[in-house]
Amino acid sequence: MQDGKSSISKFLYTFIMVFIIWNAFTWPGSFADIQLAEVLTGAFVSLILGLLTNKYFSCCGLQVLMPHKIIFLVQYFFVFIIALIKANLDVAVRVINPALPINPGIVEIKTKLTNDFAKMILANSITLTPGTLTIDVIDDTMYIHWIDVATENPEEAFKEIAEPFEKVLLKIYG
Amino acid sequence: METVFIIVLSLMALGLLLGFLRFVKGPTAADRAVALDTMSVIATAALVLLGLMFKRYIYIDVALIYAVLGFIGVIVIARFIEKAL
Amino acid sequence: MEILRYIGYGLLVIGGIFLFLGALGIYRMPDLYNRLQAGTKATTIGAMSAILGVGFIEPAWMVKTIIIVIFIGIANPLSSHALARAAYKAGLKPIMKKKVDAYEKVQDIEVKEEVKL
Repeated sequence: MQDGKSSISKFLYTFIMVFIIWNAFTWPGSFADIQLAEVLTGAFVSLILGLLTNKYFSCCGLQVLMPHKIIFLVQYFFVFIIALIKANLDVAVRVINPALPINPGIVEIKTKLTNDFAKMILANSITLTPGTLTIDVIDDTMYIHWIDVATENPEEAFKEIAEPFEKVLLKIYG
Repeated sequence: METVFIIVLSLMALGLLLGFLRFVKGPTAADRAVALDTMSVIATAALVLLGLMFKRYIYIDVALIYAVLGFIGVIVIARFIEKAL
Repeated sequence: MEILRYIGYGLLVIGGIFLFLGALGIYRMPDLYNRLQAGTKATTIGAMSAILGVGFIEPAWMVKTIIIVIFIGIANPLSSHALARAAYKAGLKPIMKKKVDAYEKVQDIEVKEEVKL
């Protein structure tokens, strides 16, 4: 379609990813113990898988692996970890409290992301952050079960739930 | 340091017990599937910890395969529930 | 290297506590969707933290423990989406004090699309 989305770039992206995963699975424990035969087999398997499946595994080709995008990925990781820790303290307090302070409901929010993979990451992040669980994604609307409903307005709910994640994801996949 | 392992394993065992109680009680099939999902995640963590206690590297692979199979099982149950509960 | 071991033991204990709290949430919460909330979040971080702790105690196993952690981080939320969606489609309504249900109105549209297929 646009730049960086040719099939060669998609193939290279899939090849690199599959090769990294292969080497992680066969990691012997230290650099000295790496067997050449294993790495070559991995390269061969990655070549075949990259040729056959680059249509399905890669959405935007190599442009996701550019250095500035990787910096945003690291930034996303930290935003996510902080939200995850907050979420778990929140859930822990709710579970231990004998009165079970919950006020559940289902709200909808609109996302500006267009890419399917980015939507998947956003939905997963929402599920793992305080008191929210994505039930369904239809086009650009997400339906979210909220354990303690603060607002029914989609824009305000979006600000509460998804804004910090989407800001970073738009820079990567936008 | 064995005591740390024993404490963590007992917490996991209590968790498995609570999950199993929900599995037996659960009013609908979906509740049972949730309990099964939780139990399989706890069992994955317990397998990795047991691998460390017994110094067996192979347990890590077993835990990985167990996590994959638990995930696929829950997805299949969810597809089934969606059509016929 | 000794400090890595102690970080590992700390992560193991945190993981065990969160796994227990997740299971307690599964047991105590009143309906399926709230159970999923407690179950998904607390058990995900519990398992991730406990498995990473094992990786810190035994550094040679680090790479493979990180693979398991990434897999759990991706797969656990996905399976809870699938279960929540399936239960809602099967007609299990969430318990609510005040009715806030934005998902209800799209059910009819979905059914019509499925009939077309």
